[in-house]
Amino acid sequence: MQKISKKERFEAWINGEIPSAEEQLLNESGRHVYQSTSTVQAKRRHKNPRDYQNAFEIKAFQKVYNVLSVVFCLALIASLLITVSYLPRVGGTDNPGNNEVAERYIEKGLEETGAVNIVAGMILDYRAFDTFGESCVLFCAVCSVFILLKVSDRETAKENDRIHEPKNDVILQQIARIIVPLGLIFGIYVVLNGHLSAGGGFSGGAIMGAVLVLYLLAFGFEKTERFFNEKVFRVITCSALSFYCLAKSYSFFTGANHLESIISTGTPGAIISAGLILPLNICVGLVVACTMYAFYTMFRKGGM
Amino acid sequence: MIGSNLVFNIEEVVAIILFGIGFTTLLLHRNLIKKIIGLNIMDTAVYFFLASMGYVDGRVAPIVTNGVLDAQVYINPIPSGLVLTGIVVSVSVTAMMLSLTIRLYKRYHTLNLDEIYMYAVKQDR
Repeated sequence: MQKISKKERFEAWINGEIPSAEEQLLNESGRHVYQSTSTVQAKRRHKNPRDYQNAFEIKAFQKVYNVLSVVFCLALIASLLITVSYLPRVGGTDNPGNNEVAERYIEKGLEETGAVNIVAGMILDYRAFDTFGESCVLFCAVCSVFILLKVSDRETAKENDRIHEPKNDVILQQIARIIVPLGLIFGIYVVLNGHLSAGGGFSGGAIMGAVLVLYLLAFGFEKTERFFNEKVFRVITCSALSFYCLAKSYSFFTGANHLESIISTGTPGAIISAGLILPLNICVGLVVACTMYAFYTMFRKGGM
Repeated sequence: MIGSNLVFNIEEVVAIILFGIGFTTLLLHRNLIKKIIGLNIMDTAVYFFLASMGYVDGRVAPIVTNGVLDAQVYINPIPSGLVLTGIVVSVSVTAMMLSLTIRLYKRYHTLNLDEIYMYAVKQDR
């Protein structure tokens, strides 16, 4: 390849004249040539750093680098430890963190949000916008993983799946038959009781996602695709996020304009109470469960 | 030079040491997956630090029991909420980094950062 400047390369790349990494691997018939790692590595000239011409310099540099990085890390730990030694004692009642904000959340939280779990009341009522941002971060992460790993060809995706995973493991299937229903019920319980006890949308959603991944591991994609494919994922995630956005917009609108909200906080301790916190927990749980499952399927075969 | 509270802040000391271990992993290993593991250890250290900041001796988790609404009974709920935010962001960042690593592996068939850099320079010349 002749030498060209970076600017010319960039222009050629913009115009689509330089083939991408995937296109370089295509042969005439347009199908992917699967190059296994072992064949590629066998073709390589240098197997380990000793084979290079400047092996001694590389070795010396690596030694110096290792020593310097350990020294740097030790210095960092030492300076941070000195800082910690001047911090107020852990567990003290007069620590600067325990100020009027925390007091206000605890004393007025139950009355204003109706949630027995004060943390749930805080993150899904006072700071609900923050939690909405978190759900959107998860959604954006799924989108970027889709962009990076999606395999457009369904046949290639199937091949990918067959390379890495064994099929029909009897022990795994028998155990999954017991664990999957129990785990799913536990996940739903954690989500629905988010405003009454420890837990909430994020933890319950993670449990449900893990159970879905276990089901997929045990029974393969033929079984899961009956009830969960890309379209279902899209519908659930987008509708949950938009419901969250609309519901919280309504409550912020009524709150800011001192209007009467039709959503009551109910009796504290009942399962249907705490106003919007229960539906918002369900939305967050659905988004998290779908996200975990989508991450796994994308990493496993590059498609749902 | 060293303040008086080093022995009493044992949780924060552990968090700092964990942070240092993660950072050393990040610097010393050439393998991309191990670098990501180091970053996750650092994340965990930060959560531990935050959670220990919110703890108050002898108080219980902020879930109202028996209708007691006294700020002197419950621990600080704010760090708990912040840790939740951190966990979600770290999951997203980890997934993003792992998918980028998969793409790099498919292109260069190695996880060693030095080799990836070498082949990238060679191919783009």
